[in-house]
Amino acid sequence: MNRSRLIVVGAVAAIAVALGWLLFVTLPRRYGGTVATNAVSAAPAAAPAPSGRKIKARLFYVAEDGQHLTGVEREVAYGEGAVAQAREIVAAQLAPVADPLVSAIPAGASVRALFITDAGDAYVDLSRETVSAHPGGTTTELLTVYSIVDALTVNLPAVRAVQILVDGKEQETLAGHVDLRRPLEKNLDVVQ
Amino acid sequence: MGLAAVLSSQPASSPALTLLSKEGRRTLPLTIANDQDLVALDDLAATFQLQVQDSLGAITVSYKGRTIVLTPDQSLASVSGRLISLPAPPIRSGRRWLVPVEFISRALAPIFDTRLDLRKSSHLLVVGDLRVPRVVARYEVLGSAARLTIDATPRADSTVSQDNQRILVKFDADALDIAAPLPVPGAQALVTSVHLADQTTIAADVGARFAGFKATAQPVDNTARQVIDLIAPTETAAQAPPNAQPPPPTPMPPPTELPPALGTPVSPIRTIAVDPGHGGDDDGARSASGTKEKDITLAVARRVKAVVEARLGVRVLLTREDDKTVALNDRTALANNNKADLFVSLHVNASLRRTTSGATIYVAHFDKDAAARALPEGGERVSTFGGGLRDIELVPWDLAQTRHVDRSASFAAMLQEQLTQKIPLTAHPVDSAPLRVLESANMPAVLVELGFVTNADQEKQLTSDAFQGTFVQSLYDAVVRFRDSLAPPGGTR
Repeated sequence: MNRSRLIVVGAVAAIAVALGWLLFVTLPRRYGGTVATNAVSAAPAAAPAPSGRKIKARLFYVAEDGQHLTGVEREVAYGEGAVAQAREIVAAQLAPVADPLVSAIPAGASVRALFITDAGDAYVDLSRETVSAHPGGTTTELLTVYSIVDALTVNLPAVRAVQILVDGKEQETLAGHVDLRRPLEKNLDVVQ
Repeated sequence: MGLAAVLSSQPASSPALTLLSKEGRRTLPLTIANDQDLVALDDLAATFQLQVQDSLGAITVSYKGRTIVLTPDQSLASVSGRLISLPAPPIRSGRRWLVPVEFISRALAPIFDTRLDLRKSSHLLVVGDLRVPRVVARYEVLGSAARLTIDATPRADSTVSQDNQRILVKFDADALDIAAPLPVPGAQALVTSVHLADQTTIAADVGARFAGFKATAQPVDNTARQVIDLIAPTETAAQAPPNAQPPPPTPMPPPTELPPALGTPVSPIRTIAVDPGHGGDDDGARSASGTKEKDITLAVARRVKAVVEARLGVRVLLTREDDKTVALNDRTALANNNKADLFVSLHVNASLRRTTSGATIYVAHFDKDAAARALPEGGERVSTFGGGLRDIELVPWDLAQTRHVDRSASFAAMLQEQLTQKIPLTAHPVDSAPLRVLESANMPAVLVELGFVTNADQEKQLTSDAFQGTFVQSLYDAVVRFRDSLAPPGGTR
């Protein structure tokens, strides 16, 4: 009896170890690339309380040429689970930055809600300033959209594509150019 | 499936969704709020035998054990556990819930046993495997002759016959989706009016000058095109009958190029749609000194129209003629409904870096999922009217450009070649992006960002006669090259 119980306990432990390996090592490597692995497995910065924990994530800002994004590794608040972490990453991407960085996100824009479906489509609901304060132009609109899409798809393996909503509603475009009616996949062509 | 016959008929002026099924034609009342077409969940429930429950802050719609969960004030819905997005949240109206019509295609269709095909632009819902091609008719005066072109998409065969003073075009279909108003040529024309004779037949009433016709059917991509050339009597013959009406005065100046005679090759570029970006409430990009993108794009578009029409004899349609707001969908719809052979959207760029400069030509880009949705494997098999099955290819309206991206890229390359050394270009002058106005274009289509209005030097260039004239000449040269590249051996007119 004791022996069979030991076998069961051993089997459960082995499965747990295998699942842990799959979840935290194999899948992030396979789907996330190096940046994502960094983001997910990064050790928290020296912070005593759980609320002060940080991870490293790659955020995106307007490059010198004004036509591309440039990736910058920054510390982002830790979020428990994919949805909370995604929300922290978007909040960090939306936060104002100081020179020499230039954000492609219109001033005053904030995140209202965020959902991730089983299929890996993230729905990011942003405030109306994302549209009302947008300066226009195809280039700037592409940079605005892909700084959010890439911030999530590059850092979180759980996110396959991103659809931006504004004020709780589906949006055709932010400024008359980029189609937001479907989730958009990662685009590294806009990144220098 | 058995549709419940509960729908009341609507007054002609009330917005309504027409349901076409094997049982016949019915209507569902629509409510318009915040520019959205809304349909009552109660009406859908009665028509499609759904159960609707409203409790605990959620609306649950059930059909044969499958469920859709809607949340008030949320435009996301759960369909059998998968999240989908709607253009607007459900709205309460008295004791009823109203949902956007897209609920039918995005939420109901995935769980419903029978195929539901929502044609939002024509307020049509096709229930089941009916063949209901979209039909667009165009009438053109070609000197003393005329041409009636009728396109049916997806392809549907048609036969043309004459019945007294009418030409009848009967389609092998269950019904017709008249996607745009039928032409009204006028009492003096060879064809005086075009209208629906019955559910599957279009009739063209011919005028007194009509002498005969020649019909030619030809496939164009996924469209069956029926070209009916209408012939007027010769001058001497026209004068011979004592009761014949006098020939009408020629209302239009002679075109720069003569219209093609019957049987001669036709130019592959006959209509170009030029889209001056933004307009009305939407200024587009602005410079620090207040120069507006919408003004530059309109000025350049007017120049393009004047030059291309005068020199090439090609019809140029502008999606807006003045400073007014035009929805993105309407811009592409104008090009599609007029069967334009090329779509050029004109824009002026903006950058958050003041030194950025140069023009870029964009073609549409589709992510893998969207491209896969546009190319259903093997098409769709539907039952035919007389029995049996046949394959049809259905491409969603918003993905029409997927079939033209190669030719769009060819035109973009030709335009880049013409612009090089003449106006400043960006480091990657031809690029691709998921641009809304290009995706529905059912023809080669590009979006040109002429330069950056946020750069002070470029702002001066963009508003100058010299820059605009150089761009228009380059665009003209690119159109000529593109036309020649598409022309069959033997040349074009």
